[in-house]
Amino acid sequence: MPKYLVFITVIGKDQKGIIARISNAVYTHNINIEDLNQKVMEGYFVMTMLADMSDSSMTIPELKKELSIIEKEMGLSIQVQHEDIFKAMHRV
Amino acid sequence: MEYSIEEVMETVKMTLYHNFDIRTVTLGINLKDCINSDIEVFKSNVYNRVTDYGRTLVSEAGKLEEKYGIPIINKRISVTPVSLIVEACAKKDAPVQIAQTLDNASHDAGIDFIGGYGALVQKGITRADALLIDSLPEVLSGTERVCAFLNVASTVSGMNMDAVVKLGKTLKEISTRTENGIGCTKFAVFSNAPEDNPFMAGAFHGIGEPDFSLNIGISGPGVVRSVVEKNKDCDLTALSEVIKRTAFKITRAGELIGRELAGNMNVPFGIVDISLASTTKVGDSVAGIVEMMGVEKMGAPGSTAALALLIDAVKKGGAMASGNVGGLSGTFIPVSEDSGMNAAVKAGALSIEKLEALTAVCSVGLDMVAIPGDTPAETISAIIADELSIGVVNGKTTGVRLIPVPGKYAGDYVNFGGLLGETYVMDVSKFSSRDFILRGGRMPSPITSMRN
Repeated sequence: MPKYLVFITVIGKDQKGIIARISNAVYTHNINIEDLNQKVMEGYFVMTMLADMSDSSMTIPELKKELSIIEKEMGLSIQVQHEDIFKAMHRV
Repeated sequence: MEYSIEEVMETVKMTLYHNFDIRTVTLGINLKDCINSDIEVFKSNVYNRVTDYGRTLVSEAGKLEEKYGIPIINKRISVTPVSLIVEACAKKDAPVQIAQTLDNASHDAGIDFIGGYGALVQKGITRADALLIDSLPEVLSGTERVCAFLNVASTVSGMNMDAVVKLGKTLKEISTRTENGIGCTKFAVFSNAPEDNPFMAGAFHGIGEPDFSLNIGISGPGVVRSVVEKNKDCDLTALSEVIKRTAFKITRAGELIGRELAGNMNVPFGIVDISLASTTKVGDSVAGIVEMMGVEKMGAPGSTAALALLIDAVKKGGAMASGNVGGLSGTFIPVSEDSGMNAAVKAGALSIEKLEALTAVCSVGLDMVAIPGDTPAETISAIIADELSIGVVNGKTTGVRLIPVPGKYAGDYVNFGGLLGETYVMDVSKFSSRDFILRGGRMPSPITSMRN
């Protein structure tokens, strides 16, 4: 089955458990983490997670809804976007 | 394929903080095959066509918003110029009936504006064209979502001054029939109108187009302003380069979403219009970019040069990103819809004459300009003629969207509401152009049009 790659991105205040909670949420829904980066940029914690949703029964809106719980509880901004938009904008 | 965290976050931040979005997806629909001499059958055909495709457009666009996390602000429809499709109807009110049908259909499909209620009269006016022009005050005051246009000039045909004379009176009549003249915000007059423009009010589905065409208008004043802000100390050569790169990226996003949406709807993909389209949001302003470049207020000396550099860089980046750049693809400088333009008018930095100069090199017209309600019809016609002459002579599109505001004078505040914004009424020359305008006739095409 071809991969269905999405970027899960997080911006917010650095705190314990961000990656753990997001990783746990995606694992629970059979989503595979392909790549993970994190860094402090302009004073904020940012994380980008490339994940493959092809084995999951979830859609992007459903995943967003699931992650919005973590987003609210931890005061973060979490986005889920299909990888193709990044390919279009950053690769010729 | 690997991406750096900076690349990923650049895209995310564009949407989160700099108002990056797809400004409009506009489906052009041919209505010629809906024509029937029985007006009831004709209306039913039009209603079914628009609602069928309109609903699909709204639902499919919504799915892509979710998939890519990029908002698609407007989902719109443009149709074959209505004057063409009512030619076969004997009834005088056929244009009005079709306008009401388009209004109802777009309402039922969840489409906020539908364009194409117009005519191409640059060389002359048919019976149906005349009926449509006469109906404009009734249609623009009696419908909610119908947008109208007239093409009254072109580089090849010259300018139909008889139509321009009539328009001065028509605009005044539209304005008096609607609160604050708001009906005029849904009406654009053009020279060299493009047949695939996705932006309202002037969108229509031209006669050279296929049955369907999905056209897309990107956005990005906020994104461009942000990169200009980050490059405070570079010279204009380097600044052009960074704007070009940004325009490339946002156009690629537009192209991706446009093509996928067209594919999902099983209709041909048309064009990407790379115009920088401002909104009333603070920071999402074309004037804001010019001011960030170093001009104190939009309209000050240097504004024309700055805007020329800006759109040149956007065109170069956009043309590399998409093989289907089309529509208007200039810069919009709508006064009421752009908070920076509006602030410049308030500060006394920007006049109609300077706006006209800006449109000569880089933009697409006098857009959303409020003028005193007592401006003589002949003066309105003369402003239109001046602006369209720039388009005719320079082989480019220019448009005019003037709003004579009843009971208001230069400097008065007027609020059109929502996306249409707010503005201050601009001063208009007190000197008369009456005798020139009332000569009428057709201004011949310029010699530069003879290229064969």
